[in-house]
Amino acid sequence: MLQRLITSREALLLGAIAVLLALISTRFPGFVTPSNLADVFNDTSPLILLAIGQMIVILTKCIDLSVAANLALTGMVVSMLNLAFPGLPVALILVVAITLGALMGMFNGILVWKLDIPPIVVTLGTMTIFRGIIFLISDGKWVNSHEMSPAFKAFPRFELLGLPMLSWTAILAVIVFTIVMSRTTLGRAAYAVGGNPHAATYTGIEVGRTQFWAFTISGALAGLTGYLWVSRYAVAYVDIAGGFELDVVAACVIGGISIAGGIGSVGGALLGALFLGVIKNALPVINVSPFWQLAISGGAIIIAVAVNARASRTKGRIILKSAEHAA
Amino acid sequence: MLMQAETQTDAPTDVPVLALDGITKTFPGVKALDGVSLRLYPGQVTALIGENGAGKSTVVKTLTGIYQPDGGEILVDGAPKRFPTAQDAADAGITAIHQETVLFDELSVAENIFLGHEPRGRFGLIDWAAMEAKATEILRGIGAEIDPAHKLRDLGIANKHLVAIARALSIDARVVIMDEPTAALSHKEIQELYELVETLKSQGKAILFISHKFDEIFRIADRFTVFRDGQFIADGKIADVTESDLVKMMVGRDVSQIFPTRNNIPGDEVLRVEGMNHPTEFADVGFRLQRGEILGFYGLVGAGRSEFMQALFGITKPSAGRVTIDGVEEAIRSPADAVDAGIVYVPEDRGKQGAITALPIFQNVTLPSLGRTSHKGFLRLAEEFRLAREYTQRLDLRAASLDTAVGNLSGGNQQKVVIAKWLATQPKVIILDEPTKGIDIGSKAAVHEFMAELAAEGLAVIMVSSEIPEVLGMSDRVIVMREGRMVAELAGDELTPETLVRHAAGI
Amino acid sequence: MTDTTRFIPDRLQSPLQKRLKSWESLLLLVAIAIFVANSFASPYFLNAWNLSDATFNFTEKAMIAFAMALLIISGEIDLSVASIIALASTAMGAAVQMGAGTPVLILVGLGTGLLCGAFNGVLVTRLGLPSIVVTIGTMSLFRGISYIVLGDQAFRGYPADFAFFGQGYVFWVITFELVLFAVIAVIYGMILHMTNFGRAVYAIGNNPTGALFSGIRVARVKFILFLLTGLMSGVAAICLTSRLGSTRPSIATGWELEVVTMVVLGGVNILGGSGTIPGVVIAAFVMGLVTFGLGLLNVPGIVMSIVIGALLIGVIALPRLWKMWRAQ
Repeated sequence: MLQRLITSREALLLGAIAVLLALISTRFPGFVTPSNLADVFNDTSPLILLAIGQMIVILTKCIDLSVAANLALTGMVVSMLNLAFPGLPVALILVVAITLGALMGMFNGILVWKLDIPPIVVTLGTMTIFRGIIFLISDGKWVNSHEMSPAFKAFPRFELLGLPMLSWTAILAVIVFTIVMSRTTLGRAAYAVGGNPHAATYTGIEVGRTQFWAFTISGALAGLTGYLWVSRYAVAYVDIAGGFELDVVAACVIGGISIAGGIGSVGGALLGALFLGVIKNALPVINVSPFWQLAISGGAIIIAVAVNARASRTKGRIILKSAEHAA
Repeated sequence: MLMQAETQTDAPTDVPVLALDGITKTFPGVKALDGVSLRLYPGQVTALIGENGAGKSTVVKTLTGIYQPDGGEILVDGAPKRFPTAQDAADAGITAIHQETVLFDELSVAENIFLGHEPRGRFGLIDWAAMEAKATEILRGIGAEIDPAHKLRDLGIANKHLVAIARALSIDARVVIMDEPTAALSHKEIQELYELVETLKSQGKAILFISHKFDEIFRIADRFTVFRDGQFIADGKIADVTESDLVKMMVGRDVSQIFPTRNNIPGDEVLRVEGMNHPTEFADVGFRLQRGEILGFYGLVGAGRSEFMQALFGITKPSAGRVTIDGVEEAIRSPADAVDAGIVYVPEDRGKQGAITALPIFQNVTLPSLGRTSHKGFLRLAEEFRLAREYTQRLDLRAASLDTAVGNLSGGNQQKVVIAKWLATQPKVIILDEPTKGIDIGSKAAVHEFMAELAAEGLAVIMVSSEIPEVLGMSDRVIVMREGRMVAELAGDELTPETLVRHAAGI
Repeated sequence: MTDTTRFIPDRLQSPLQKRLKSWESLLLLVAIAIFVANSFASPYFLNAWNLSDATFNFTEKAMIAFAMALLIISGEIDLSVASIIALASTAMGAAVQMGAGTPVLILVGLGTGLLCGAFNGVLVTRLGLPSIVVTIGTMSLFRGISYIVLGDQAFRGYPADFAFFGQGYVFWVITFELVLFAVIAVIYGMILHMTNFGRAVYAIGNNPTGALFSGIRVARVKFILFLLTGLMSGVAAICLTSRLGSTRPSIATGWELEVVTMVVLGGVNILGGSGTIPGVVIAAFVMGLVTFGLGLLNVPGIVMSIVIGALLIGVIALPRLWKMWRAQ
């Protein structure tokens, strides 16, 4: 049991983050104070939310490159809704954001499920389409801070027990999806579909349907994040979160989620996102130009995927009795 | 005699719990099932008998909702039913023990057993503790000592098979389908399986038992059904027939004539293998092979024969060992090296490893020989067609044109394309892995005749086969493997079905 | 079985017959339709100089797309191509600062492309990593290095004769880039359709296991394909840098998606195994014509991306929808 814990990908990554924090603290003890760490977590929350959705999609052998565009489109729609009806309650805004995001996810999912189009093609396409639609509905204009209602902007900042709602949303998502992935039929179906689609069919699990729901969840989380993003930064325009989908995939890969499907956990997605979040927030503190960030996350992806591949490389069938349970 | 019309007279009086009536299933190029019927009765074991390619596995897939029949009816308790998905078949009380390949390596043993019908706890959430406890219970019941929390990937083949059996038992089914359940099991495990079958019978379950082994069919079956080439041939009580009756129905002609007679005069040593080892798959494999010889490799499914052959062919990397061809030690690190050294391999899995099914016949045949048909790296189609025609004609290939995709051919003709591909490279050693698996009887005899012809021409042949008649009928010498090791090398009078089975099962 | 061996004909259909029913024929009709529609929609369309200018919309991307087509047919993908352009351009810019002349710049550009391709290739073929993840990683890494070197600065001051590659004309309205595009198209067409190497690419893409079991050196072929994709990104970097006359780290952002779209639109199966170079050539023209035509109608670039995205999904979805509709 202990051995399994030590060799698990999550533990390895947690160790890496701890070492990273320790290194930073030797030069800048201020970085590891609870309040600063809470800030880092809050700053990383959008990435965590999207990484959880992406993880479920990747588990089913798919990929969702449209999450950032989904986020931006939803963000623009709710901003314009707020502009038109400033009195709309935040609860309703949240419902609209999640629903709209889920619908976009469903669109991806239906193309993958019913038309059997490769996910990478579908989401490359919808990614550009969603971005284009933002331009069409906004006419390329920005929705600025002063145009948003105070309540609209206040929600992600509202503090509960010392943490802002943005952080609480991420924490809630981590808890909910940990349960969903380990203890519900849909969660286990995602693992089964990605691990061995052929066998999943034999087990009565529909591969396409499971992928559809994975895209729907990913879309819903992207929609939710869309509202949180525009309200937190108090601005909405065409290019918000441009290229963020790659950070999301990077967080998943670093978190040990296998792109081949079937392997990964919510904890991994969380840690992968935090790893990137710590680096991003630490660079300015340790006086490294933020221009290093891109190269570092690229390097981290490659190292992570190489390490994970090494750990899970198949050693062949186990035929010799002496080899059984040796692993 | 046993005719279809008489089947009702000797059948039990109760309504079959599950019946197939006139089921038809067609695939591109093959009519896998042609109006077959099958009846299963409660508390009875029905053996489904037929050669490879007779349609047995298609029936299993139809009964479990993997395939949808093109025609005919599935009847449950006499009422027509459809199984659009595997879940629908399970809901109707039908469960099947499939091969280990339809399990999940990355999931735990317990979850492999219960996936899709996990025990629920509060709020309808999956109760892992209960699941592992129940899994332990079921595994104990079949005499398996496996920790249900282990990942499946860490298990050996026999244990994976036991997990597949446990999964079938975890569903409270009325019909249990066992598709060659003993193929990978040792003697002791097989005895436990027989006891299990008796228990299931006494519980009133209907059992469909698919097996190649006549001794076990006569031991546990009550009834039989015979298929041949996708067609229903006969059914009845097992007590009314003898083994040779069944063989005749299965093959449709006298068995002793199947194999070509050979006057074998082995020549010089061409291949020598010494001390081949692999971390998990095989250990201490070594042998010599002469020109014109056919060397059989026999063993249970998962005994490490194919794994060793793939290492010899450069697919996997052995941890130690020497390969010498015509007295020259060869370093084989890839299949390309093996082909260069004169070793070629006709794999068991034709669709995935043997042929590139989407490409046309001529391109498959010339793929390893492009160096000879091309000019300075540029293709010469005329040369390719010439080479492809030469070798496919030799094998009497039947196809619409040489430009036809290999996937559109029948299993037997696909196999001919794969063999033609390798003969075109003019090899010294040809390894045939289950060369007649899943092909019709006509092609089977042609492949056997052709093997004999190749050996007569001086090619050294290694044949991996799990069919005892084929091993005995074709080989000059037989090596038996068990659990990744060579356990016997037999020739001449030692070559009997009993000795093969004894060594392979480790009795 | 002793009856006379049946004669099997080489082919039932001539290659020409097959071609007429192909995706490429359909795409060619689309291209012609767009051309005609454009010439009616705008009076400025049918102007030799305008059309010549419009070729810049696709020539550089298409050069990469040819190599990418081979890579995708083999079952792999390279999403780092645009970042290789950025890194190669940055390397050339740095060389200029050290006083390098045009010949050295060419070598630096091509060399950087080859090195990047080799890096991707080693990770995929030696370590057995999935190419989509590797190249998402190197996509960040390569461009990241450009950002580290340049930050928010730019390299300028390229030699005057360097401008020829992106701005020069061979004769009349025919640009150097258009000629280069044509030459590269022919070369890749020959590699894919007329050589042993091309046959191996198709075999690997259809069934990598089967190809390996047939004695094809799969890893070597794939490594060469990554090298070629890197090299073509280097060529594109030279053309683009020459055309713009400056290097910023954000150069060619998002091109990887346009290149992949061009390849898929050209009829290459994103899952590998099938596709042709003529298809990609026509797809390049289609995308160029759409972009140019919409540009003449003053449609903003971002809206054009909707059209491109819809094209990408539509060309795959429509035939499948049609099939489903007919089956019912």
